[in-house]
Amino acid sequence: MDYLQTTNVIKQYAQHLALNNVSIQVPKGTVFGLLGPNGAGKTTLIRIITRITAPDSGEVFIDGRPSKNEDVYNIGYLPEERGLYKKMKVGEQAMYLAQLRGLSKKDAHQQLMMWFQRFDIMSWYNRKVEELSKGMQQKVQFISTVIHNPDLLIFDEPFSGFDPVNAEIVKNEMLRLKDEGKTIILSTHNMESVEALCDNIALINKSQVVLQGKVFDIRKEHRPDIFRFRLRADDFTFEHPAFSVLSKEPYHEYMDVRIKKQTEIENNELAKLIFDHFDVVSYDEELPTMNDIFIRTVTK
Amino acid sequence: MSTLQLIIQREYLTRVRKKSFIIMTLLMPLLMVSLSFVPLWLSTLNDGGEKNIAVIDNTGIYAPLLQSTETYKFQIVGKSEETESQSRLGKDLYAILQITDDLSENPDAISLLSEKQSPQDLRAIIEKTLNEKVMQQKLDALSHSNNVNAEAIAQVRSIVESSSNVSIKTMKWGEDGTVSESSTEIATIIGMVFTFLIYMFILMYGNMVMQAVLEEKKSRIVEVMVSSVKPVKLLIGKIIGIGLVGITQLAIWGILIGVLFAGLSAFIAAPSQATGMSAPAEMGNFNIEAALSSVMSVNWFEILVYFLLFFVGGYILYASIFAMFASAVDSEEDTSQFMMPVTILIMFAFFAGFYSVSNPDGPLAFWASLIPFSSPIVMMVRIPFGIPLWEKLLSVVLLYGTFMLISVFAAKIYRVGILMYGKKPSIKEMIKWVRYK
Repeated sequence: MDYLQTTNVIKQYAQHLALNNVSIQVPKGTVFGLLGPNGAGKTTLIRIITRITAPDSGEVFIDGRPSKNEDVYNIGYLPEERGLYKKMKVGEQAMYLAQLRGLSKKDAHQQLMMWFQRFDIMSWYNRKVEELSKGMQQKVQFISTVIHNPDLLIFDEPFSGFDPVNAEIVKNEMLRLKDEGKTIILSTHNMESVEALCDNIALINKSQVVLQGKVFDIRKEHRPDIFRFRLRADDFTFEHPAFSVLSKEPYHEYMDVRIKKQTEIENNELAKLIFDHFDVVSYDEELPTMNDIFIRTVTK
Repeated sequence: MSTLQLIIQREYLTRVRKKSFIIMTLLMPLLMVSLSFVPLWLSTLNDGGEKNIAVIDNTGIYAPLLQSTETYKFQIVGKSEETESQSRLGKDLYAILQITDDLSENPDAISLLSEKQSPQDLRAIIEKTLNEKVMQQKLDALSHSNNVNAEAIAQVRSIVESSSNVSIKTMKWGEDGTVSESSTEIATIIGMVFTFLIYMFILMYGNMVMQAVLEEKKSRIVEVMVSSVKPVKLLIGKIIGIGLVGITQLAIWGILIGVLFAGLSAFIAAPSQATGMSAPAEMGNFNIEAALSSVMSVNWFEILVYFLLFFVGGYILYASIFAMFASAVDSEEDTSQFMMPVTILIMFAFFAGFYSVSNPDGPLAFWASLIPFSSPIVMMVRIPFGIPLWEKLLSVVLLYGTFMLISVFAAKIYRVGILMYGKKPSIKEMIKWVRYK
């Protein structure tokens, strides 16, 4: 079942159409990648979901019903451009943000203690925000995003500013939240993390959704039909209408060949063609990375 | 606690707890009181005991009349000692008074020579004594001439002497027909003080709102905030929170200044009464008792109520405008273009208030106290002088109506502006924002 759905959302700014008929479906309990180049309209879409702005037309459904004002207490949003009050103490600030998100003072304190212990930052409680490094501030912001235990979490570039160790901690926290049944929208340019975390994605380009679906399906669909063979041979002069040769390169005593499938021929048969003529050391099909798919779709 | 309360509380507490706020709030009253009391106190001090003044009187008429006081000792010296006196000047002689001719015939025949600027009170003593004598001389001369009736002279003399001490009091008709004593000077001072307070607070706290909006936008905290709070709430909370800081500061100033003035007046008055010295109390023809009764006759309740009304209205009006422009730009440097006209408007109001003091019922005062952008500042000048109720009410209604309109407009621009980065928008673009959903 879809936890979040937008239908034909249109948003027009003075000279610029920010979103053009954007419909996305985010299944419950999954991580959804919201991808797209800078200025494609991702932030605008997130702002509409979080009710910061309203769409000119189209609707947002949460848990099957049209979203309403109270839903903001059930959303945790970590914006890409984020900050904290520099002069406030870390604990005070986290308490303030938690209470603004609808927690009572007592609950806020309790949750805060739990998260501060989990992230091992108890010693920062009475320090001023301006004394913290960027990564430390990011941790505080992450906590303030999840502290009210919302069902929908939206992370915009959550890994920026983190070193690899802390990025891993955050990544694991996100997976844990997903296991708890939370729905997560992840907007990032880091395609590796998309492959590692996301179940579904939507790719927005020039204000429109140009690609949407399961990550695995998308990668499968975007197979470039390129196969790599390592042969025990001196040269590769074999020609066949079923494929074209993209490159050949000697590698020590072997020959590495990349061929592209041309006709509607089964992978099996293509392999057989080569196997019949050569001594094959190894072979595989090139699966596209999300990075490739992104670049190819956006520059198309 | 509602989110609005939370925001107000944060805006209030973070500012009230600041060291700079505490120091400013405690030091300003001390500064103001000392600025008004120290000169008064210093003038009562006897700086270095007696001062000798040599009197060279060629006529011999005036010198014996000059009575030495505690401070000034008059010594009569002969004309032959003139050069010697001049060489003593600045050492044991403070000044030389030279009278060369009969002053009733030649009023310019007198000179006071001293190294420093001769003090006001010394000149006052000499002038008073000599004027009396000259008057007598003239009257005597008149009575010696044969063509004037001696009785008439006596009458003129009595009239002149009795009318020597005139002080004009202004009276005000109360609405219930009672006559209350008021003094234009007191009304002027009160009007100016409150006008200045409103002017200062609108500028100071309007600026504080602007800084707060800019800080949130620059640090991007606003992005985090708006995901759980409506921008309009954020704006209202900020304006109320900072406004309360202003009211807190005013209240502390009011109490501290009151206490300090009361304490110091008692302190200054006490020793002078004990020694039977009346000099400080009559300093500069300033009669403390009369001033006090004038101060008490002012309708403080009315003034304070209007002060609060105009303070709140003016503050919200200008704070909304400041917040609106701050939300539209990315940095302080960019605000100046928008702030210039606003600052000029406030300055205009201040000067209009300043000039309204001399003519509180003139057309400038009248119109400036009705136009909402200047009324909070100008009206406070006029209220102590007593103006018709309808003018005050109309002014309040206009001000509150305007700030409601402006703040709705400002909130609409703020809501869009705080999330816009990059190019500085034109006024035209900002007006377009109002229509955004």
